[in-house]
Amino acid sequence: MSTANVAAIEAYRNNFLKEVEGNVEEGEWVKMCMQCGVCSGSCPLGSAWAHPPQELFMMIRAGKREEVLTSDSMWMCTSCYNCIVRCPRGLPITHIMHGLAHYAERLGLAPKNQPTRKFSLLFWDNLVKTGRVNETTLGIKLYFMNGFVEGVKTALKNASIGLGLVKAKRMNPMSLIAHKGCKGKADIHKIIAKAREIEQAKTQQK
Amino acid sequence: MAKKEYSFYPGCSSEKMGSASNYMTSVNAMCDELDIKLNEIPDWNCCGASIGYAGGGELPRLALNARNLALSEQHNPNQDVVATCAACWLSARETRERLQEDSQLMKETNLALAEAGLNYKAEQPVRHMVEVLIEDFGYEALGEKVKKPLEGLKIAGYVGCQTNRPFGIDGESFENPMYLDKLVETLGAEPLTSYEKKVQCCGGALAFSEPEKSQAMIKDIVESAYDQGADMIVTPCPVCQLNTEVYQDQINKTYGTKFNMPVVYYSALMTVAYGQDAKAAGLDGQVIKARKLEAIAGK
Amino acid sequence: MSEAIKIGAYICKGCGLGERLQGANLAMIAEREGKANIVREHEFLCNADGVAMIQNDIDNEGVNRIAICACSRRAKTEAFAFDNVAMSRGNLREGVIWVRPDSDEMRETTEEMAADYVRMAVSEVKYMKPPTANQTAEYNRHVLVVGGGISGMTAAIEAAKAGYQVDIVEKSAALGGTAANLYQRIPDRSPYQRPMDTGIDTLLSIIDAASNINVHLNATTTKIDGAPGHFAVDISTESGTTTPKLFGAVIQASGFFPYDANQLPELGYGKSADVVTQLELEALAKTANGGAIKRPSDGKDVQSVVFVQCAGQRSDKAGHLPYCSGHCCLTSIKQAMYFKAANPGVDANVIYTDLRTPGAGGEDFYRSGQEAGLTFTKGIVTAVIPGDQATVQFKDLILNQDTEEKADLVVLATGMIANSGINIDQAEEAKAAADAGTTVAVDFIGKRESVLNLTYRQGPDLPHLKYGFNDSHFICFPYETRRTGIYSTGPVRRPMDIQQAVEDATGAALKAIQAIENAGQGRAAHPRSGDLSFPSFQREGCTQCKRCTVECPFGAIDEDEERFPVFNESRCRRCGTCMGACPVRVISFENYSIDTVGQQLKAVDMPDEFDEKPRILVLACENDAYPALDMAGMNRVEYSAFVRIIPVRCLGSMNLVWITDALNSGYDGVVLMGCQKGENYQCHFVKGSEIAHTRMSKVDDTLESLSLEKARIATYEVAITDIHRAPKLINDMAKTIEEIGMSPFKF
Repeated sequence: MSTANVAAIEAYRNNFLKEVEGNVEEGEWVKMCMQCGVCSGSCPLGSAWAHPPQELFMMIRAGKREEVLTSDSMWMCTSCYNCIVRCPRGLPITHIMHGLAHYAERLGLAPKNQPTRKFSLLFWDNLVKTGRVNETTLGIKLYFMNGFVEGVKTALKNASIGLGLVKAKRMNPMSLIAHKGCKGKADIHKIIAKAREIEQAKTQQK
Repeated sequence: MAKKEYSFYPGCSSEKMGSASNYMTSVNAMCDELDIKLNEIPDWNCCGASIGYAGGGELPRLALNARNLALSEQHNPNQDVVATCAACWLSARETRERLQEDSQLMKETNLALAEAGLNYKAEQPVRHMVEVLIEDFGYEALGEKVKKPLEGLKIAGYVGCQTNRPFGIDGESFENPMYLDKLVETLGAEPLTSYEKKVQCCGGALAFSEPEKSQAMIKDIVESAYDQGADMIVTPCPVCQLNTEVYQDQINKTYGTKFNMPVVYYSALMTVAYGQDAKAAGLDGQVIKARKLEAIAGK
Repeated sequence: MSEAIKIGAYICKGCGLGERLQGANLAMIAEREGKANIVREHEFLCNADGVAMIQNDIDNEGVNRIAICACSRRAKTEAFAFDNVAMSRGNLREGVIWVRPDSDEMRETTEEMAADYVRMAVSEVKYMKPPTANQTAEYNRHVLVVGGGISGMTAAIEAAKAGYQVDIVEKSAALGGTAANLYQRIPDRSPYQRPMDTGIDTLLSIIDAASNINVHLNATTTKIDGAPGHFAVDISTESGTTTPKLFGAVIQASGFFPYDANQLPELGYGKSADVVTQLELEALAKTANGGAIKRPSDGKDVQSVVFVQCAGQRSDKAGHLPYCSGHCCLTSIKQAMYFKAANPGVDANVIYTDLRTPGAGGEDFYRSGQEAGLTFTKGIVTAVIPGDQATVQFKDLILNQDTEEKADLVVLATGMIANSGINIDQAEEAKAAADAGTTVAVDFIGKRESVLNLTYRQGPDLPHLKYGFNDSHFICFPYETRRTGIYSTGPVRRPMDIQQAVEDATGAALKAIQAIENAGQGRAAHPRSGDLSFPSFQREGCTQCKRCTVECPFGAIDEDEERFPVFNESRCRRCGTCMGACPVRVISFENYSIDTVGQQLKAVDMPDEFDEKPRILVLACENDAYPALDMAGMNRVEYSAFVRIIPVRCLGSMNLVWITDALNSGYDGVVLMGCQKGENYQCHFVKGSEIAHTRMSKVDDTLESLSLEKARIATYEVAITDIHRAPKLINDMAKTIEEIGMSPFKF
């Protein structure tokens, strides 16, 4: 168990709802859910969630900490915002889902082989490097994120897509070697570091 | 028409040789026709899109977007921030509204920005290019410039998720927004009358991580247009364009369909309708060629 | 005052009547066949000129009976309003030209239809007298309120504010009822954030200060006799004194009993001191007075509390209430907030199946509860196991698993049982069963005492509808009961919270005032607003069969020592059910009698069997069926030209002699249309439609003996929205007659 996880369990002994309120983006909204189920019904990938949003909120209230944080459910969110516009209580569900995913990741509880988790981490690391996304390296890393053998298979499968994009001048193989990105790279790193610091301090107080 | 100026946020995919570089090409041609000057925000950074959350978290993401907006305030003062990418627009606008509502978050964000000597005041609105077209110009004015009406084309207006929800364009309904259809009509083509998959999610970033699930949805989107006799699909979002275009071969293999449906940007349609050639409209960037559109452009 | 009858018949030619019908022909029929003294045609009868023409005949020509042959009686009522004359309306517009096609081949039958309606109008008015008010009508501006809880107090205060004298009779030693035992109440004002003070003290001081409110404590009504305008009441106290007093109207606000939670042992009640009802929690909260609420068992502060909703309610189990008591979800939220106010760290969980928070502020209060940190779990509690902490076992309906939760205190949301007195229908059923030597199951509420002690022949309390709550015609007239001038209000009428009870009581006060003012003028209050007619009977012909007495939906008829019916005019709602019930036809109203309908149907010109023109009689109740037929006309829905429609006040007023007369006169079919009956009745007089259906079910034997097909008579429940169905029912009868042939009774 990560030290962060141990600390959280200690601090919020038996009150997962309070823990979510203090640590998850927009987590204070979770208690306002009235269990109508419109979110679950509106989600385009709804059937793929082990626990759709309505159920996740209920599980949080019921203190099912481990099941929620180790679940791959919230990683199914495509950010389509259907739930947000239809929720009669106005819960910012998309953000709560992302927040839960991020929190689970921070505690080291997110399922390691969850593909969207891997991709999301790749994406962030990629953009933070230069301040802008290097689409080509992102694509290659995506192919190989499940290991070398898988990577070769995926690359072959998607070869025609890749070639098509290169032909259409919408993918730059040269980016593998050199990618400009932002001039203010260092500034961006400082900003992000500071933001991280402030956020950590906040959650330790709650 | 008097020249209109905007502070411009292109986004990562619109970069030269990026996955939506063809979008940028037609946007430039379109702005040329409409006498719009786009002042690119200097040294803009990635918005984080909707997939950066695992590594990002709340405040870092807000700070990233705030940097762009602060740079805009600094270098393009008093200009509306306009984005052509749906995710960039959504992230930037959400950031602005969140910081306006929550003064504590605003304080914290500016603390982070201070590390780079920046400060964000949240004064200028953040808009999508289609909003600018509809609100600042209007369908009538847009129609006036049409030299080659797109006659004989039946075009499915695929609005998708993020230009539609949660903000919506021009006050239209979330469940059945009509703005792409109205635009298509303005340009002289025929929109679909009941395109049920008009606001169906394409999977977004999950097209990369969960291809099967995403392609099942994409199949429905293309099939619905195909069944109603559409010649092509038009879209305002780079990831929608990519997702609905490049996986059609794989979908055909999986489902036995015979899709070969071109997916173009609204700016490409406009560029052609305004009389420019296929290259200016970025049509050579199509993986599935939009032959019928090219024909009109070549006339 | 017997003066000579002088009939004026007026034929209108407006609204297309002049073009479609031959006015001259109709005028001739009115004169020669109808024997009208004066007959006039007019281009536009309802305009100032037309009305003046009629008024002139009344003032200067001595006309005292007018037959207006124009539009429906439901149209132009302000224009055609004449004092001191009897008036009939021949429905030529909605009833003839608007429901028949304007074609050459149809012209003949359309003319015949109109001609018959003229005959009917003239004949009807011949037998009508302009009604005069009952001479015994009197004003008594004194309201009796039975029950001094929040409903009773509110009704009393509102009636007193409007200038009326009020007496409150309260059984216990103090006013305030259940509300006085609450620590706080559900908020009734935006932003609905926190529970608020009950406000009982304020009400008590208002009543104290009011000079026109008299309070009787430790008292009950041991006798209520009489009728609106003159209720003779005996108010008796525990100590033995009895005060007779006269009142104009009565409001029953007798409140509710809490459900006996001892019937829920599986939920731990009675087994653990820490399992309490909501009312018991109020007592604990009052003791705590803003501080931490303590456990009854050991006095420790409650750190965790679970609320079990629908305890012994909404359930089919024996001994449970089958209904929802309406307020308990909001009450639990309120009570959970008591704990949070004293200590935000208390864990408060509400376990519910459906969270019902009625009222404009209900949803807001629910949100306030969530914001304050209450949790809500959708689940079904199966058991509460007593212990140092109680264990609440339940099935979580969202997570679909059986689970349990421990709590320092468990609160059961149990239900309300109306304090509505004796179920008079059940008393009859029980007596009939006893006479037959069998037993009948007593309803789950158990044995009761009377609340009002009415001396009405039909029984000592207000009739119940369902689950022990008063019948109040909830579809059309929810403030009414089946006893004119007696209004029930508050939880005795249906489960409700304080806010609803306050509104309800205000409404009851309004109705009581309305009843008093109308009774003073001898007018019916509702539904026949302003009706001055009332039933009278010929004693000589009466066979004392009691049918009128028993069938009156409002208990308006009592019995005298000689067993003749006694009509209490101001209790009557003028429906005429008594008239329909009487087998010897001795009951009538001045302007509505056996003759006013019977002579109409006989006035119709009956073609002989070779003309191949059948005649169908429709008796349509004026509340739903007749308006539906009028609206069919407005929408130009067509129906058979062979039908002749006569409106009746209620299908209950239909006397079987009309059916006999119709068949004897050669009518080929009879269609009866009344309102919906049964549990969800719509009948505006509650029982009329049902009674008519019962009467008609006994007619089959008679038909057989006359060798007439049963299909010739049809009885239907019609709703006011049946704009297409009602004409269809008529056309169905026309088709039936085509199939089975004309009546053999034609000559």
